[in-house]
Amino acid sequence: MKRHISTVRFAFPYTVPVLSGYMVLGTAYGILMSKQEIPLFWIVFSSIFVYAGSMQFVAVALLSAGFDYPGVFLMTLIINARHLFYGLSFLQKYKDMGKIKPYLVLSLTDETFSLLCNTEPPAGVIPKWFYFYISLLNHIYWVSGSLTGGILGSLIKFETNGLEFVLTALFIVIFIDQWKSAKNHIPAVIGVLSAVVCRILFGPSDFIIPSMIVILLLLTLIKKPLERRPVK
Amino acid sequence: MNYSGTQLLLFFGLISLGTIITRVLPFLVFPENKIMPKYIKYLSDVLPFTTIGMLVVYCLKDISFTTNPFALPEIISITVIIILHLVKKNTLLSIGIGTALYMILINYVF
Repeated sequence: MKRHISTVRFAFPYTVPVLSGYMVLGTAYGILMSKQEIPLFWIVFSSIFVYAGSMQFVAVALLSAGFDYPGVFLMTLIINARHLFYGLSFLQKYKDMGKIKPYLVLSLTDETFSLLCNTEPPAGVIPKWFYFYISLLNHIYWVSGSLTGGILGSLIKFETNGLEFVLTALFIVIFIDQWKSAKNHIPAVIGVLSAVVCRILFGPSDFIIPSMIVILLLLTLIKKPLERRPVK
Repeated sequence: MNYSGTQLLLFFGLISLGTIITRVLPFLVFPENKIMPKYIKYLSDVLPFTTIGMLVVYCLKDISFTTNPFALPEIISITVIIILHLVKKNTLLSIGIGTALYMILINYVF
């Protein structure tokens, strides 16, 4: 028990940037959902069991578009496809994690991924519990934020028209950070251009799947030259 | 709008299931001792960059350059976010100011 408490103490400072981010974005999510008249129970349920920020914001947009279940499922797979790559990158790191491995795998968000990518456990701390408490703390922040937002949204009637732009802002910021860290901008440019061309050709509601196909084709075609100039 | 419990359970259940699949799949396909094929390794290196680019476009899919206000709220807010983020390098600040500016623009200016 004592060792767990000291591991939490070690882990906490690393999670502070995520704490502020998740509280703010989680609150925004809670407010947007309660504006859609989603009961608090489901807001918290989704933050515990989905726990994928960008997808949860997209879910707000999908709710207002009505219940198209196959579409919702497919959209989830597409938007969260990047998790596949996080998982692939952590195959080694999450080896021999024992009983807590399922939780580590299921709680691997963008933020937890980038945090753990750049962080080595301090000496004297068991890596697997260090990873576990960082993941758990982040999860708690996200759920607390959503709960706060859900309550605020139902209590106070304030102007939220345009609050959904928080998602656009989030992706733009991630895009800038990635752009600065990448040695090669071709993949990012391919992502934007394919989506823009498909949006023009297929219209606003049916362009994501064509975009994914075009992206995969282009990336496959330029695999050889791109491998000579790696992205990172 | 009123949703039934069943609708919401299906809706969030499917999103949860889809998310779980994307998180678990790599670990199922590549158990602890199997080597990753080169092609998958390549995709895992480049796709994160491509996906975010695509998602930025997804967020902006409904804007129109031909009807009033000619996407001006988006263009102004995004420009501010980019400049702010390049100068201040503070994620939360960029998102907060950018979103607040957008809300002011669409509610009170345009």
